[in-house]
Amino acid sequence: MSVKKFMYINRKAPYGTVYALESLEVVLIGAAFDQDVSLAFIGDGVYQLTKGQNTEAIGQKNFSPTYAALGDYDVNKIYVEKESLEERGLTLDDLQHLVWEDEDEDWAEKDSIRLVSRAELADVLDEQDVLLNF
Amino acid sequence: MKISIQINEGPYQHQASDTAYQFAKAALAAGHEIFRIFFYHDGVNNATRLAVPPQDDRNIGALWQELAKEHDMDMVVCIAAAQRRGMMDADEAKRQGLDADNIAEGFRISGLGQLIEAGIESDRLIVFGD
Amino acid sequence: MALLHTVNKSPFESNTFDTCLSLAKDGSTILLIEDGVYAATTGTGVAEKIKNASGISFAVLGPDLQARGLEGKLADGIKVVDYDGFVSLVADHEAVQSWL
Repeated sequence: MSVKKFMYINRKAPYGTVYALESLEVVLIGAAFDQDVSLAFIGDGVYQLTKGQNTEAIGQKNFSPTYAALGDYDVNKIYVEKESLEERGLTLDDLQHLVWEDEDEDWAEKDSIRLVSRAELADVLDEQDVLLNF
Repeated sequence: MKISIQINEGPYQHQASDTAYQFAKAALAAGHEIFRIFFYHDGVNNATRLAVPPQDDRNIGALWQELAKEHDMDMVVCIAAAQRRGMMDADEAKRQGLDADNIAEGFRISGLGQLIEAGIESDRLIVFGD
Repeated sequence: MALLHTVNKSPFESNTFDTCLSLAKDGSTILLIEDGVYAATTGTGVAEKIKNASGISFAVLGPDLQARGLEGKLADGIKVVDYDGFVSLVADHEAVQSWL
């Protein structure tokens, strides 16, 4: 099987619709296929990564801990659009600290989130072979 | 070219399934191969065998069935999304101890891996949704 | 690598068109489909945005324009394609980014 660059694009907030959850489910299954995987969080998609989600009162499953597990699935290129954060009054500090362990560097812990500008993200999008949207 | 299509929405509620159908039809007419149609999210509802839409409008499910039959097209309904929404084939219904199934002929239930495989094996993957 | 971008939302309903415009590189094509065709109409602020994005090619799905009675209101510089044209655009670009 050839290796393609897969990007999962997330633009919707969690819980109001199912897209965030079901998009994550594709990422987890997709991880088994050893492709070159990236995630992009754009617009309201950045809200998926915020800390402190407590869904008890709305009766939905809190699936935000799953993002923290992505590193273990070799999914460690998580692009977050800077302008989208700024427009929403958020900083990197409001988001979960997502990490992965680089086995090529003695399992050193590294950040998975790559904060990028719109211009940088446009370049990244242009490099992809398969773009999945939800 | 080998083209695959992901459909995220159910019939009638959004134009996604209609546009996907017209696109698929045109792609086949142009001599391309449709590797797979993958129904995700509410898109799984396109596979119901129980729809009885008004006679004076298109029957989306039937259109997909006809196109698939004519071109031997693979139409996959995601099992995770289907289970959530109560779309069952006979085997799955039996496994779950349910007394009915509702997937129309021509659609098959399978895992999300089929979508990833479609992305790997096809030259182009297009998503239709909301 | 030139992408084909599709936009299916009215620019007045959601920010999808603006998001697409902000992330589409010169040399790419933006195809307006479904409710996205409203971005192709004259007399709106959107026409200015399209004009200013001179490095990007714009196309609109004719059947969706016709369905919405917009054929007489098409802005300049936007190519009308049918479903066959949609397929050709897909074949001519490296990958498709479907903005929903």
